[in-house]
Amino acid sequence: MFTGQLQREFKLLLRSREELANPLIFLFLALTLFALGGGGSPELLSAFAPAIIWVLVLLANLLALEGMFRRDFDDGSLEMLVLLAEPLFLPLLAKIFMHWLYSGLAMTLLAPLAALILFLPAEVVPTLLLTLLVGTPALSLIGAIGAALTVSLRKGGVLLALLVLPLYVPVLIFGAGAVSEQMAGISNMAQIYWLLVISMIALTVAPFLVAAALRISLEQ
Amino acid sequence: MNLKTLWHRLGSPRWLYQMSGPWIAVLGWLAALLLVTGCIWGLAFAPADYQQGNSFRIIYIHVPTAIVSQSVYMMLGAAGLVLLVWRMKVADMVLATAVPFGMSMTALALFTGAVWGKPTWGTWWVWDARTTSMLVLLFLYFGLYALRQAIPRAETAGRACAVLALLGTINIPIIKYSVDWWLTLHQPATFKITEAPSMPPEMYLPLLVNVLGMYCLFGAVVLAGLRLEILRRERDTQWVRQLVEARA
Repeated sequence: MFTGQLQREFKLLLRSREELANPLIFLFLALTLFALGGGGSPELLSAFAPAIIWVLVLLANLLALEGMFRRDFDDGSLEMLVLLAEPLFLPLLAKIFMHWLYSGLAMTLLAPLAALILFLPAEVVPTLLLTLLVGTPALSLIGAIGAALTVSLRKGGVLLALLVLPLYVPVLIFGAGAVSEQMAGISNMAQIYWLLVISMIALTVAPFLVAAALRISLEQ
Repeated sequence: MNLKTLWHRLGSPRWLYQMSGPWIAVLGWLAALLLVTGCIWGLAFAPADYQQGNSFRIIYIHVPTAIVSQSVYMMLGAAGLVLLVWRMKVADMVLATAVPFGMSMTALALFTGAVWGKPTWGTWWVWDARTTSMLVLLFLYFGLYALRQAIPRAETAGRACAVLALLGTINIPIIKYSVDWWLTLHQPATFKITEAPSMPPEMYLPLLVNVLGMYCLFGAVVLAGLRLEILRRERDTQWVRQLVEARA
């Protein structure tokens, strides 16, 4: 069930390249704008780099969330999925995993480039990658609940941001905080453990809440 | 009446409508009495703070609103769980009526905090742990309110809000911890259940009175909203029609 859904999502994703590229294009455009707006000063940019990168990852993640269930909802395959006798959380987990692959993981892989643009010191980059790697799963999992709640609404965009962004606050604080502490030379393992904890809790709770939210959204 | 029958009765909007009338009166008058007593006592008779002078007196509004706004969100989470598990209509109505109250209490707590911050900290706003977590709480309330407005069907809106309230309740402790991570400018909590307050009794007793008054006000407002909600949703039933005809 899980692998079947994963294969389907993967094929769909490969065939809609613009959707695949959207969050990444957004990330780099916004990074460039920050660099331009900041006057290109290396000190300023590197001081704010952890915050800028993490906030942009959050927003790019949000951008990709909208499409998470949209097409399946429009063509009715989401309804078929919900009506199946199989437990719903398995295919949902596959969908969330897919979302994480092309938003969270892709951004983690591109983060060194972003660090370069913002003059983040090279010795901090491994920490940045680590925080992104353990923090972004929580974003996809929590965001999926918001996406499931708003999938049936035509103008769900701003609402989705309002629902999801406050819940992203801890991930942002620990993620950007860990990188900043590394730059200041302070131990940051606690923040990284916290990110792991949040991702683990989200992994346990979110699939069931997403399933409940989808059932509710499909009622109307 | 034992607890089990009370639980079943709570599922009946008609019973709740009849019971809530006297309760609103009791809670409303109690709230008025306590809040007026607490405010006069706190504003006029409590001694001035040795450091902050008279400006500390805003505590008598600030702390009750802040405490109640957090309690209301916890109650929303509980109501959401009841709605999702037992499909109790009353839980949905509580969810609908308590959100605006909690939202305004949070906004009031933030506002009074800003007013208090100006003379004592020298600034209207600081990004410290407690103010930030209250701000996030306000956004969570906004989200609940906006989600209900956005979904046209009332039943669906209620259950969607229940999921969101539940998620928020799980997340609030994490938000609190994460935000506490920053070194904080705010004083620690005024009341802790486990410790005696650090203020003298003549200062904290009026505060206690106001906190109780605020809870009574919350009860009265939610019950009053609940009655309206019951009438609106049950308007096609026999007993509501008879009620309207009897009034007319």
